[in-house]
Amino acid sequence: MSSIKPIRPALYSPSLLTAPPVDQTGVEERAARFTKRSIKGDSKMQGLLLTLSMIDLTTLEGKDTTGKVEQLCYKALHLHDAFEGLPTVAAICVYPSQVRTAKNALGGSAVKVASVATAFPAGQSSRSIKLSETRFAVEEGADEIDMVISRGAFLAGEYAFVFDEIAAIKEVCGQARLKVILETGELGSLDEVRKASQLAIAAGADFIKTSTGKIQPAATLPVTLVMLETIRDHYYKTGNRVGMKPAGGISTSKLALHYLVMLNETLGPDWMHPHWFRFGASSLANNVLMQIAKEKEGCYQAPHYFSVD
Amino acid sequence: MATKNKSTIKPLRLGAGWKYAPAPESSASAQIQHQYELFIDGKWQPPKKGAYLESINPATEKKLYRAAVATEQDVDKAVAAAQKGFDKYWKKMSGKDRGKYIFRIARLMQEQARELSVMETLDGGKPIRESRDIDIPLACNHFFYYAGWADKLEYALPNRTAKPLGVAAQITPWNFPLLMAAWKLAPALATGNTVVLKPAETTSLTTLKLASIIQEADLPPGVVNILTGAGETGSALVRHPNINKIAFTGSTAVGKWIQQETAASTKKLTLELGGKAANIVFSDAPIDQAVEGVVNGIFFNQGHVCCAGSRLYVQESIASVFIQKLKDRMATLLVGDPMDKNTDIGAINSAAQLDKINQYIRLGKKEGAHHYESDARLPQKGFFCRPTLFTKVAQSSRLAQEEIFGPVLAILTFRTEDEVIEKANNTPYGLSAGVWTDKGSRIFNMSRRLKAGVVWANAYNLFDPASPFGGYKESGYGREGGWHGLYPYLTF
Repeated sequence: MSSIKPIRPALYSPSLLTAPPVDQTGVEERAARFTKRSIKGDSKMQGLLLTLSMIDLTTLEGKDTTGKVEQLCYKALHLHDAFEGLPTVAAICVYPSQVRTAKNALGGSAVKVASVATAFPAGQSSRSIKLSETRFAVEEGADEIDMVISRGAFLAGEYAFVFDEIAAIKEVCGQARLKVILETGELGSLDEVRKASQLAIAAGADFIKTSTGKIQPAATLPVTLVMLETIRDHYYKTGNRVGMKPAGGISTSKLALHYLVMLNETLGPDWMHPHWFRFGASSLANNVLMQIAKEKEGCYQAPHYFSVD
Repeated sequence: MATKNKSTIKPLRLGAGWKYAPAPESSASAQIQHQYELFIDGKWQPPKKGAYLESINPATEKKLYRAAVATEQDVDKAVAAAQKGFDKYWKKMSGKDRGKYIFRIARLMQEQARELSVMETLDGGKPIRESRDIDIPLACNHFFYYAGWADKLEYALPNRTAKPLGVAAQITPWNFPLLMAAWKLAPALATGNTVVLKPAETTSLTTLKLASIIQEADLPPGVVNILTGAGETGSALVRHPNINKIAFTGSTAVGKWIQQETAASTKKLTLELGGKAANIVFSDAPIDQAVEGVVNGIFFNQGHVCCAGSRLYVQESIASVFIQKLKDRMATLLVGDPMDKNTDIGAINSAAQLDKINQYIRLGKKEGAHHYESDARLPQKGFFCRPTLFTKVAQSSRLAQEEIFGPVLAILTFRTEDEVIEKANNTPYGLSAGVWTDKGSRIFNMSRRLKAGVVWANAYNLFDPASPFGGYKESGYGREGGWHGLYPYLTF
C-alpha cells in the first residue's frame, strides 16, 4: 500500500493564495491601448535613447566564440560612433563559458555582463548542477544571472520546489543580481504567469523575465503587463522594487516604445531606468539606431550603414 | 527582503514622467460649411423663418458652423415629404433593393470615416481616438447589419406579415451624434419606414454630413429628412399628427413629456433615457482588469454615456486596494485637446453641461463624501473637467441617486451578494450594470437578478449592432439593435 505524501506547507504560502485571477481579454485590451499612444518628436527621441540604454545585447548560440563575443562587446560600448551622445547598452548577455571574455572586453565600463545559467534554456537538470553552473558564472565575473525556472515542476504544482530552487540560486548569486526567467510561452495562461511572477518575487528575484528567446511565443505586451502589475502589487505591499525584462521578439523600435509606454503608465518614472527595466534583444539596437538616424536627418538610411554583429 | 513600513512607501508618481509630445489629428480632412440648411425631400432647403443656431467647438469655444432652426412649417414640410417618400417609393420597394441603398450608405460612411471622425470630435469634444475607433466604425456597422435584415424580414418573423409603420420621427442626443443617428435610421429604413430625424442642437454636424452621404447614395427623395433645431423643433415633430412612430434618446424628463404628449395617439414610442448604472466588483475579480473596466465605464466619452458605470460598488475587503489602483490609473489619463490622438478625456460637450457637473461635484462635497480628482492640467480655453471620484458615498445621497452625465464616479462598498443586488436595483433607472467576478455561477445569478437592460460581465461599454440595447423603469422602453430592434418599426 502506498503511503500518502505529506502536503508541503509552502503550497499554502500566502503569496500564492492571494494571486488574483487574470482576465485575458481585459489584459489584451489594456495592452492594446498602450499601442494607441502616439510618440513623436522629442518624446520619441527620449524613448529611443532610453531603449538603447536598456538593452541586454544578447548572443546565446552554440556557435558563440570569443571572437563573436568580443565583437558584440565592442558594439555594446560603441553603438554607432557616427552619432554623438548615444548611451551604451545596459548589459551583454551570454552563456557562462563566455562571461570571462565579455568581462575582459568590457573592461572597466558600466556595461554589465549577464550570464544565463541553471541549465538554460530548458532547466532540465539537477539542483546541484544548476547551483554549480551559477557559481561558475559568478566566479567568472557575471554581474547578473539569468536563471530559468523549472516549468515542469511549476506546472505540476510543485511550487515549493520551484520556490526553493530560486532561493538557493539567489544565495549562490551573492552580489550578482538575479533575473528569473518564467518562460511564459510554456506556462499556458496569464493566471499561471501571475502565479509564477509572485513566486519568483517571493523567492528573491531582482528581476522577472519573460522568456529565454528559444520558445515561441516569447515576450508579448499582455504577458509583460501581467508581470508589471505583479511588480506593482509587490511594491505596494513591501515598498521593494523588482525589475522587469521582456525578452525575445522585440525587434522594432516601435514595439519597444509601446513597452516603454506600458512601463510609464504601469510603474511610472521610477522604473524608467536600465536598473529596473531591460529589453532582452539581439536585433533591436540597429532598428532603434535607424530611427534615431531618421529623427536626426529626416530620412531613413539603408540597413547597411549600421554594423551587423 | 525587509518589508518597509507602509507609510514610508512612496507613491508611484504615475503620469509624472515621460511626456508624449502632442499628436493632433489634422482638421483639414473635414469640409465644414459655414452654414447648413434643412435636408427635406432630398434637397437642402432654407428654414421658413430664416433663423439659425451657432454651434461651437467645446474644446476651443470657437464658432464652428451655423445650422438652420426648423419651425412648425418646416416640420410640416418634412413630414409631408416623408409621407410622399413612403407612399411613392419606399413601401413599394423590395427589401432587397432597400438593402442595397443601406449598404451603399454604410460603404460611403466607411469611405469618409476619417472626415466623420474629425467632425464628430470638433463638434462634440470627444477624443479623436474614440470617434475614430468606436463611434464611426460602430455607426457604419449598424448600417451594414440592418442592410442585411432588409430582405430577410419574413425569415426573422416567420408566418407573420410584417409591415412598416410609415413616417418615423427620430430625436437623437448630443453624446453619440452619428452613432445614435445610425441606431435609429438603419432599422427604420431596413423595415421600410421613412424618417424625419432631428439631431441635438449642439452636435448636428455629422448628422448633416450623413444627409449629404444619403444624397450621394441617391436615396429616393423624402425617405430621409434631417431637421436641425433645439427643443421647439423637437416638440413640433413629436406633436405632428402624421407621425406614426417616435424614437427618442435623451433625458428622462423629456422622455416623460413625450410619453404624456403621445398618450392619446396611436404613435408607437420607444424611449432610451437616463441611467445610473452599478458597476459591481467582487473580491475575487480580476482586479487590474476590473480597474480598467471601471475607468472605461465612467470616463469613456467624458462620462456622457447613458449607460455609464457611474456607481461603483466594490466589496469591502478589497476596497482600499481597489481605490488606490483607480487613483493610479486616473493619474495616467490625459485630459485635453480632443483632436490629439493621445487624449483620453476630451471636452465636456457644452458650458451648460460643465456647469451641471460642477454643481454635482460641489453637492458631493457638501454631502460629506470624500472628493478626489486627478491632477491633470486643463487647457485654458474650452470646457474641461478632471476625472473625479467620490468615496464614502451614502446610498441615500443625491450623488448616488442622480445621473450626473460627466466624469464623476460615486464609490460605495458592500459586503454580500444579496446586499449589492438590492442596492444596485435601488434606483429609478435600469439601463445597464457591470459585474466583475471570476465565478461563473455568480455572473448568472447576478445577471438574472439585476434589473438592467444590459449586464456586462468582466467587461463594460461593449456595443455590437447584433446586440439589443434598452432599459427598464425610467431608463425607457423598447430595444434598439439586433433582431429585437426591428420590432419597434413594424406592425403585423
